[in-house]
Amino acid sequence: MQDARTLNRRSLMHLLAATAAVGILYPSPATAQRGPLVTRPIPSSGEMLPVVGLGSWITFNVGDDEEARDACAAVMQAFFQAGGRMIDSSPMYGSAQEVIGYGLGKLGTPPALFATDKVWISSGARGPEQIEESRRLWGVPRFDLLQVHNLLSWQEHLKTLFAMKADGRLRYVGITTSEGRRHREFAQIMRGQPLDFVQVTYNILDREVEDRILPLARDRGMGVIVNRPFRQGALTRRMERHPLPPWAAEIQCSTWAQFLLKFIVSHPAVTCAIPATTNINHVRENMDAAHGPLPDEAMRRRMVAYVEDL
Amino acid sequence: MSEWWTYTPSDFLLFSPRTYYRLIELYNAAIWPGQLVALVAGLAILVLVRRAGPSSGRIVAAILAAGWLWVAWGYLFTRYATINWAASYVAAAFAIETLLLAVAGVIAGKLTFHGGGRWVGLGLFLFALFIQPLIGPLSGRAWSRAELFGVMPDPTVVATLGVLLAADRVRWELLAVPLLWCLFSGATLWTMEAPDAWVMPLAAGLTVAELARRRF
Repeated sequence: MQDARTLNRRSLMHLLAATAAVGILYPSPATAQRGPLVTRPIPSSGEMLPVVGLGSWITFNVGDDEEARDACAAVMQAFFQAGGRMIDSSPMYGSAQEVIGYGLGKLGTPPALFATDKVWISSGARGPEQIEESRRLWGVPRFDLLQVHNLLSWQEHLKTLFAMKADGRLRYVGITTSEGRRHREFAQIMRGQPLDFVQVTYNILDREVEDRILPLARDRGMGVIVNRPFRQGALTRRMERHPLPPWAAEIQCSTWAQFLLKFIVSHPAVTCAIPATTNINHVRENMDAAHGPLPDEAMRRRMVAYVEDL
Repeated sequence: MSEWWTYTPSDFLLFSPRTYYRLIELYNAAIWPGQLVALVAGLAILVLVRRAGPSSGRIVAAILAAGWLWVAWGYLFTRYATINWAASYVAAAFAIETLLLAVAGVIAGKLTFHGGGRWVGLGLFLFALFIQPLIGPLSGRAWSRAELFGVMPDPTVVATLGVLLAADRVRWELLAVPLLWCLFSGATLWTMEAPDAWVMPLAAGLTVAELARRRF
């Protein structure tokens, strides 16, 4: 815990510097109207994170296409300008890590960055090699959070990650799953390991994690990252055929993306959601969901009922 | 991978259709006018199959092997693998097919044509050479994203299936990789909701049906 406190103090300094830098470099007149950025504490350290992060699955896998890489860098810039911190990737996502590194190089690696990646290799012995390669691709001195991707060889990789954390080469450790897979085993690992984060799929229609994983994360003091908040865009495409309910204005939602994101991040166990996009307008729209009031329990039930009726 | 039944092809699609077709566009621009060389090579195969001579089979196999090798290296390994890590393994499979064509067709001379060719095989080959490249543009994609024989996997594979069906004897050892690619490509395009996702599975189905017809 001594390490965690030390890191927390350092990260707090980073955060303050970053917030100041963002405010100075990218003043946003709209911020005052929208209210402050909604943040949540990481349970294991108290460090605050904005409730909306940035995923990179599919969207940042653009290979060597320079035009597309520049577009991704512009998305990252808009994300940081809006106060975003967590960017999440994986060695599984093709060129996404390299493209993030390209963007960070272009932007000068904003100090606000909360670098989140995964280890995804069946050989436990080759985990450190993969992590080092990922770090090189990102071009960062170290990751803030590393997670075992889809529980692949989790016993071996968790040993590596906890050792890195103990050495001060990593700040947080987590595990991931998606689409509701292996929840029983996932919960067992949560009960048995001192994880900082878990990453799961959760959205207004896929709410299985509400039964077991989210309450367990709260009990065990673990942060929760939510992937696939829009079902890879299918959910927003489906919803956009219908009008937003007029009462969405009560929680300052003017788009379906905001409506769907606010539902997710209003769950008290959720630390942040990580929607992925290649569109600057969409990243701004997503970050807008991290402002203004969040729905209470009654409103959340109303949101579910409305969407399920569509 | 446990709970494998919960996975769908979309779980393995790591890129967007936009990125995929842009990759093809940039590749086409980078290798131009290589497409014209490939077209001439395709026409040469057509002539050699129709007017069979003593060395026709070896030359056809050599041209096909060159096409497979180029696709393996020039497209799959150096381009497609940048957005799809599985493409490196597919490139290896294409290299194996190159080797098989070289050994069975060029060295051993087992790919022979009696002249005229069998019509299903010739039809598939003509489709790959002239019709398949038009499907993308006719589906609304830009001409710069057209897929041509000898430079892109799909028409190269369909052309190869056509040549193998047009040959005097079925060379079973040369069929496995092309048929597996048809399934891989069909699944990829279907997951991307491409309107032409049916082409490669249909080509594989036609090949298998023709082989079954000959056998029974």
